[in-house]
Amino acid sequence: MTVRERLRQNISAAFYRHGLLCASYPVPIILFTSASILTCCYPLLKLPLPGTGPVEFTTGVRDYSVPSHGTQGDLGERPDWYRGPPVAYIQQVLVKAAVSPWDSSLVPVDVFRSPLGRVFSLLEEIRDHVYTDRSLESLCLQVTDLLPGLRRMQSLLPEHGCLLVSPGNYWQNRRDMFDSDPDILKTVHQHEPKGLHTSATLKDLLFGVPGKSTGVSLYSKKRVVTYTITIALSSYDARFVASLRARLKQLHPSTNCSLREDHMVHVHFKEEIGIAELIPLVTTYIILFAYIYFSTRKIDMVKSKWGLALAAVVTVLSSLLMSVGLCSLFGLTPTLNGGEIFPYLVVVIGLENVLVLTKSVVSTPVDLEVKLRIAQGLSSESWSIMKNMATELVIILIGYFTLVPAIQEFCLFAVVGLVSDFFLQMFFFTTVLSIDIRRMELADLNRRLPAEAGMPPPKPGPLRPREAPPPSRPSPHTITLQAPAFRNLRLPKRLRVVYFLARTRLAQRIIMVGTVIWIGILVYTDPAGLRTYLAAQVSEQSPLGEAGLPPHLGVAPVFPGGDPTSTLNVLPAPEPTPLPENQSQGHGEARSGPAPLTSPQITWGSEDEEVWRRLSFRYWPSLFSYYNITLAKRYISILPVIPVTLHLSPQEAIETRHPQDTQHAPRTSAKTTELQADLTLYKVAALGLFAGVLLVLLLFCLYRVLCPRNYGQNGVQHGRRRRGDLPCDEYGYSPPVSEISPLLLRGHSMDIECLANDGMLLASCCLAGQIRVWDAQTGDCLTVIPNNGLRRSSSSGCWEHRDGWDPSSPARNASTPIMDNEHPLRRRTTPVRPALFGDQPDLTPLIDTNFGEVPPSQMMPGCGFDFGELVERAYKEHEASPPLPFPPSPPAARQRRRSLGDQSVAPPEQVLLAPWDWDSSVWSMELRGNLIAAGRSSGKLELWDAVEGSLRCCNEDGSSGITALAFLNNRIVAARLNGSLDFFTVDIHKPLGLLQYRGPPGRASLPPSPCYSSEDVISCQLTRSVQCAHQKPITVLRAAAGRVVTGSQDHTVRVYRLEDSCCLFTLQGHAGGITAIYIDQTMVLASGGQDGAICLWDVLTGSRVSHVYGHRGDVTSLVCTTSCVLSSGLDDLICIWDRSTGIKLYSIQQEVGCGASLGVISESLLVTGGQGCVSFWDLNYGDLLQTVYLGQSGEGQPVRQLLVLDNAAIVCDFGSELSLVYVPSVLEKLD
Amino acid sequence: MPRLEERCWSCSCSTGVKSKELSSASWIASKTGEMMSIITSVLRQAYVSLYHVQSANLIRRGLVLFAVGVFLALVLYLLQIQRNVVLFPEEVLDTLFSSAWWIPPCCGTAAAVVGLLYPCLDSHLGEPHKFKREWASVMRCIAVFVGINHASAKLDFANNMQLSLTLAALSLGLWWTFDRSRSGFGLGLTTALLATLIMQLLVYNDIYQYTSPEFRYIRSWLPCIFFSGGVTVGNIGRQLAMQFHRV
Repeated sequence: MTVRERLRQNISAAFYRHGLLCASYPVPIILFTSASILTCCYPLLKLPLPGTGPVEFTTGVRDYSVPSHGTQGDLGERPDWYRGPPVAYIQQVLVKAAVSPWDSSLVPVDVFRSPLGRVFSLLEEIRDHVYTDRSLESLCLQVTDLLPGLRRMQSLLPEHGCLLVSPGNYWQNRRDMFDSDPDILKTVHQHEPKGLHTSATLKDLLFGVPGKSTGVSLYSKKRVVTYTITIALSSYDARFVASLRARLKQLHPSTNCSLREDHMVHVHFKEEIGIAELIPLVTTYIILFAYIYFSTRKIDMVKSKWGLALAAVVTVLSSLLMSVGLCSLFGLTPTLNGGEIFPYLVVVIGLENVLVLTKSVVSTPVDLEVKLRIAQGLSSESWSIMKNMATELVIILIGYFTLVPAIQEFCLFAVVGLVSDFFLQMFFFTTVLSIDIRRMELADLNRRLPAEAGMPPPKPGPLRPREAPPPSRPSPHTITLQAPAFRNLRLPKRLRVVYFLARTRLAQRIIMVGTVIWIGILVYTDPAGLRTYLAAQVSEQSPLGEAGLPPHLGVAPVFPGGDPTSTLNVLPAPEPTPLPENQSQGHGEARSGPAPLTSPQITWGSEDEEVWRRLSFRYWPSLFSYYNITLAKRYISILPVIPVTLHLSPQEAIETRHPQDTQHAPRTSAKTTELQADLTLYKVAALGLFAGVLLVLLLFCLYRVLCPRNYGQNGVQHGRRRRGDLPCDEYGYSPPVSEISPLLLRGHSMDIECLANDGMLLASCCLAGQIRVWDAQTGDCLTVIPNNGLRRSSSSGCWEHRDGWDPSSPARNASTPIMDNEHPLRRRTTPVRPALFGDQPDLTPLIDTNFGEVPPSQMMPGCGFDFGELVERAYKEHEASPPLPFPPSPPAARQRRRSLGDQSVAPPEQVLLAPWDWDSSVWSMELRGNLIAAGRSSGKLELWDAVEGSLRCCNEDGSSGITALAFLNNRIVAARLNGSLDFFTVDIHKPLGLLQYRGPPGRASLPPSPCYSSEDVISCQLTRSVQCAHQKPITVLRAAAGRVVTGSQDHTVRVYRLEDSCCLFTLQGHAGGITAIYIDQTMVLASGGQDGAICLWDVLTGSRVSHVYGHRGDVTSLVCTTSCVLSSGLDDLICIWDRSTGIKLYSIQQEVGCGASLGVISESLLVTGGQGCVSFWDLNYGDLLQTVYLGQSGEGQPVRQLLVLDNAAIVCDFGSELSLVYVPSVLEKLD
Repeated sequence: MPRLEERCWSCSCSTGVKSKELSSASWIASKTGEMMSIITSVLRQAYVSLYHVQSANLIRRGLVLFAVGVFLALVLYLLQIQRNVVLFPEEVLDTLFSSAWWIPPCCGTAAAVVGLLYPCLDSHLGEPHKFKREWASVMRCIAVFVGINHASAKLDFANNMQLSLTLAALSLGLWWTFDRSRSGFGLGLTTALLATLIMQLLVYNDIYQYTSPEFRYIRSWLPCIFFSGGVTVGNIGRQLAMQFHRV
């Protein structure tokens, strides 16, 4: 373990230094890295380009011999596929034929009818050629059946015989059929596939030249017909071929033809990629891109997401290239198909490290120097990076020992790739990251200042026209049930689908990607496209190409065989004396050469040397594949072409005419047939355009119809306002609504300042200094403790709302919940009472709303408005009437009734109330049992009886304002503005020795709070005062588990023991004032500061467990659950962290200005306050469960405080009101 | 529906009249009526549950998983075809769709079942899957799965033993890298066993035939493929469950 630790330390130290280095010299390091990438990639230049284009190798015809199978010997520049005999030798006879001279008596059909007709005699000639008892029949490649799927081609392609392909195949090589064919063009074109076709068509196949250059059309300008007769030979007999060549040349000499005839081209075909192979390949690539997309999407909190994502991808890709380059440098040539294994390599190497690095660097303290941040981030992740890398290497090593060659090769590549990836991560990516962080730092500095300054004032603006509450609320305690009509109005699915599409812009993206892919495929596979170009490039570039070879071969006539042909025939043939062939040949027709402009000229150029190059690269494979012969990984040898020139006389052309040829209206038919092919293309294009326009229009209409106007704006408030009456979230999704409805507790006249609760009771204090105690179960106002100095005018408005003051009307307590539920309407508006409440006295006449006339002397200062006597009188009158059976009251209320109702109403506490400062306001408040501890700005600590509203005790030992209070067991801790901390003890002297416990028995984890009954004498003594607990004002004070934790603006957190008020630890680690602290029974302590950092501490040892940065700006609230830590910040972000590892699980971006308050109900339900609403989130998944709107109008008053009660209710302040929200579903779960 | 009922009624009535047993006829009629009401109630329940959000979620997830399963099955089938088809003419696609058209739907259904089972099992066992809950990891998982298939289809192994050992190691690695949960392992294993069993049964009953000449070869890689497929689909299912839960 120690070794491991030491190793770990060393590694992290090394990474730290490395991070410093990288961040200090970014530019040189990036230059160095680029240079090393380039050097490593240099060997790649020697590799052939990937792809399945054919590879060529040229040898001379003269000294050709069939290459041997063996691998022995150094074969010089021979490619390794050049072994063994080829699949076939291809001998092509290139025929160029023209009717010359052209005269006006000829019809366009004559251009090709008679020239095509000559193919039959040529075929005859070739077939019958015999050289020393060897005929073509014995040499040619014998083919068998066509593939079963090609029945329609059966009549067109040779079967059971020589593979001899010519245009004559259209007419089964029979002259008579040709002669009787009325429409040659139709015959030729009827086998053409419709639409766009990229591979070799039948016309290409039979004519052997690209379709356009055949000249078989009515519109040909040149009037030269070109076609080939292709013969596939199974064995090469040099003499036979030479004699055939000589014979044909002799019969049909071609003048001015200087084609090179000494080169034989061997074409090697790589593995064919069909659809079956393409689909998995494309799938893997799609998965790869999805992987990259999802990975890079996680890059967060950086200046330029795209830049970093690009850097990450560049890192991975160049590491791959480097690995291939390095491997080939050391002599390991890849035999695997690069395109296939590439995605797997990327997946194996992965982007994880890069992301981890980014995350770790980003989560370092923002206020540090960039250098240090990078270094810290690196070193903190160093161990895991090294561990991961070691694991991967081990896995790959295991893979290496599978002893399967392909896997071994893959593993080798992967190892080199991993190492180079690590290198690049460390140098390239880290440096890029440091640059990015530095940029962000600058941007952040600029942004942060105004953001902090502009935070407190609410944004006025047009979106919030009414600052004041609306003049008339419909009901006093509103249970804002949404109208049922709205609840049924869930947005239909189609809308949600549309929203989904609109949100993700799925359609556009798919169309875009589809178009790009389609264009790419077209460009790549087009016969005249990229692929052939690439293939040509490869063959030209590569030193194995034709250019390099001839001298070499000429020098070394190693192969003795096959020579005689060259001496015999080839040499004399190509350079015949330039005969005046125009006159002498071509059947002696007087060819008035210069006279007609249209007279066809037959020219031979270098492009005719290798006609097959102009064809699709699939020409040969597809020809052979018809006979189920694959060319994949094999090669064919193409012999030099035999040129044949045919000149036909017009007379001959006329003779061979078919009777129907002249009947054609030549022009029109020409146009139609000629334009046929083009027209389909235009049609397709027009149709596509039309469809595209239609689609766009449709989408536009859909968008206009379905999407709200404000879609796409970041108008948060705007949307909110709408949603006040339409319960659905931004995308129209409304969650399954269980009956969560807030109960508004009204009574305060000004904004609520403090909130405190202890399960049963709820105490609130408003800015006016009025303290109200509510029943947390029912929402009844139990007690009002007014602040008399301010009260008169301001608080008068609230008296009338509630008539359920506890001590005086006990029976009302029992019945109000029912009324609350059944009667959302304000009581005063319903003067006619239902008979159900007949047992109650009618109190309405007692309520005097005209407070101005009430003489002040009648109000007892301090004890509030005691209407007890009045109400009592009313009750006594009411007793006479027979009581109706009334519903059982909750035990709490009954107990209260018993304990208080027997007593006389005369409160004993008025004695205490002599000195009173009415000016100080309540700054902090705590509630335990039925005692309210209130800390005032004057430094006074008061203890009030929550039930009776009487002052029980008062302590004025300190003079500095009490900023925070903690009330635990019988101790009160008060933090003061001057940074001192006072510990008080509450002593109870029980005259009767009766200890009562009250409070819900529900949760056993909380000790039941003791009840201080009204007859006890309570005294509060200052036991200890820590004068300089902090240098600056204490901002937070929390107490739990016998500890008191204070946080101050002096950047420190202190932990005190509650019993003896002894300071245990001073925790330092924040770089800003402490703004939030969380401590609970399990001694977990978390603190958040103004620097946006969150620290987790071990309370027992005082050590820092983890330290994370998640917020820009203050951390406003912190809550822990057993597994995670939740924090909210001024940046309106709620972050959820894993408690044990300190890794951010996810974060929720909230709307502007509402991310202040947090609460956790049960383990998995999070409550946050928003603008006039509270939202419930599922903690496990981070999804919004429900948003509950507190007011009907959706006024944007932010919820600043939020308390979670024991009975799974939450209470939050809502302006001058309190809102009590029950979460019934959670209740069920708890039970 | 009512017409059907009527016909039932009239039919039974006529028989009843013929055989003079009115009581039995009425009994049949009442039974029919009962059946009808049951059927309608079941149908209505299904219909209502369609609108229920949870089941709609379930159905959506199932559909996505089904699509993924079909797609993966097609891709892998093509990969396997390559091993046997020398050259790929156009009509392989035809044979693909003609010979075993029911394979992709079956795979899709299986994927949907397995993918829905995983999150379900997680929630029942009470150990939510927290390991690498992100789409990037899922994509990586799918890629590795396709890679395993690719390897099994493309590479030439010395013998079947080597093939199955390699594949087993690969699929175990897949599980370790992307899942690491006991439930995932168990379910994957179950899937593999069941699927292999079903395949064997199909083959023995001559419903389905391997294109490969060698039978032992198939048997050596099938369980591994099924295991890794189960883990992969489970991963997708979990992620989908999370995603749809979030909506």
